[in-house]
Amino acid sequence: MRVKEKIIEIVMMCCSFVTVLTTIGIIVVLLVDTVRFFSEVSIVDFLTDTQWTPLFSDKHFGILPLLSGTLLTTSIAILVAVPLGLIIAVYLNEYASAKFTGLVKPVLEILAAIPTVVYGFFALQFVTPLLQNIIPGLQGFNALSPGLVMGIMILPYITSLSEDALRAVPGSIREGSYGIGATKFQTAFRVMIPAASSGIIVSIILAISRALGETMIVAIAAGQEPKLTFNPKESVETITTYIVQVSMGDVPQDSLEYRTIFAAGLTLFVFTFILNNISFWMRKKFQNKYE
Amino acid sequence: MSRNKRHSKSRLNDKAFRIVGLVCTISALIILGILLVDIFSKGFNRINWSFFKSLPSRHASQSGILTALAGMSSLIFFTIIIALPIGILAGVYLEEYGKRNRFAKFVEINIANLAGVPSVIYGILGLTLFVRMSKLGNSLLAGALTLALLILPIIIVSTREAIKAVPGSLREASYGMGATKWQTTSRVVIPSALGGILTGIILALSRAIGETAPLLVIGALVYVPFIPEGPKDQFTTLPIQIFNWTSRPQAEFIVNAAAGIIVLLLITLLLNGIAIYIRNRWYKKMRY
Repeated sequence: MRVKEKIIEIVMMCCSFVTVLTTIGIIVVLLVDTVRFFSEVSIVDFLTDTQWTPLFSDKHFGILPLLSGTLLTTSIAILVAVPLGLIIAVYLNEYASAKFTGLVKPVLEILAAIPTVVYGFFALQFVTPLLQNIIPGLQGFNALSPGLVMGIMILPYITSLSEDALRAVPGSIREGSYGIGATKFQTAFRVMIPAASSGIIVSIILAISRALGETMIVAIAAGQEPKLTFNPKESVETITTYIVQVSMGDVPQDSLEYRTIFAAGLTLFVFTFILNNISFWMRKKFQNKYE
Repeated sequence: MSRNKRHSKSRLNDKAFRIVGLVCTISALIILGILLVDIFSKGFNRINWSFFKSLPSRHASQSGILTALAGMSSLIFFTIIIALPIGILAGVYLEEYGKRNRFAKFVEINIANLAGVPSVIYGILGLTLFVRMSKLGNSLLAGALTLALLILPIIIVSTREAIKAVPGSLREASYGMGATKWQTTSRVVIPSALGGILTGIILALSRAIGETAPLLVIGALVYVPFIPEGPKDQFTTLPIQIFNWTSRPQAEFIVNAAAGIIVLLLITLLLNGIAIYIRNRWYKKMRY
């Protein structure tokens, strides 16, 4: 009996260890080919060259154009999702009736369940043509439309996590604010939001990380032209799109071109890894604030 | 005077925000509505019986989603077979056995990190580990292994949540009758947590069904004129077929893409609906 119990426990432990192996696998896989990549391309060129043309005959390996494309689409998404998400979270938590909130929340969660290829289709086939009527000079592939749609996609992350943070603030704090004569608006913005700020920041960091790594929306609607630009009307290429573009093409493996996806992937991984760890650390640090 | 002014200003803010908040909330719902209406209006008329039973074709009007649906079902089947036992056992271990030890804490940080890794990176992992090193090629099995690693954190986290919700008194009663730890876990704790675990599995399934990027990276094909028959066969899935149709310039293929999306959305929303239903029923039961 003892032996059987012990064996089961060890098997279960091994199952949990699979996740550790996955992390190690990701890091090793990315590092091995990135190191080989940097044996042929100087790291200074990689970080400072303003052109990314590994698939052309005149090869340049500057990550900046891919990075600017990624940051541009992510910034647009965040500019949409953060104000909209926070207003909705405050409204549902402080103003709306419980019945209205109960009705709206599950519908908003649907936004998070929609596959991203669907959002990509929506950006390319609906939002871009619509915006082209309003904004002259907007290209068929552009950063603006997928950025906006990505903002809608990450909206539920911000509303639901921020709402959780607001709900975790003890009612006594809110009542104290009402008691000294504050209005709902003052209570919401000067008491509740500051009190829930760590949870709200965590929700924003997770949303940024999600937008940086989003692939299908930008692959479909932003184009495949790596350009160092911050003009949302132009087409851009993100790191994720580049990875998909190369793996769908017929680049021979074990070539320098093939290794570019590992260097690009590692760059993306470093960004999301740092953001995820900041949010994890914040959650651990502040989660027992009001208990 | 100035005090009155300030007072009326904050009253005004209050009223203004009530309107702004309502407008923002309704706008988000309207955008969701527009998305659904746009896609249904573009694709609904294209959906007929032959759309489901046709192979992909150069001619949009003769193209169908048969191989995409078949490939997706096999892929999800293998993914679940791989991810389910590992995910549940890992979740049970972390919550029931290793609650306070350092290994469990380390694994917890690790899982939080994995959940934030972009799916396209899992594609690179699968490409190197399964497609190239294990020589599986761009087969169903390579795709399923990649997706299994991707959904593992979701299954583990939801299993832990479900087990956390099982009241301690049930465990104590079981121990009191002389049951061992594994007997208690397998016959009392897991059955009580089943509703919550099931919810997590269905949500993970829905996530796997919608994934496109990692499968494109491991080399899932965009044109597959046959139904895969074994784990070593090449495959395509519905999201990949949709992606392929969306990137074509001809309007007929856009209609096909919209029709494919309607099918994909119905599957995804149905799964999410089932998950929510099971969760609500289970939570009611858990509150003894």
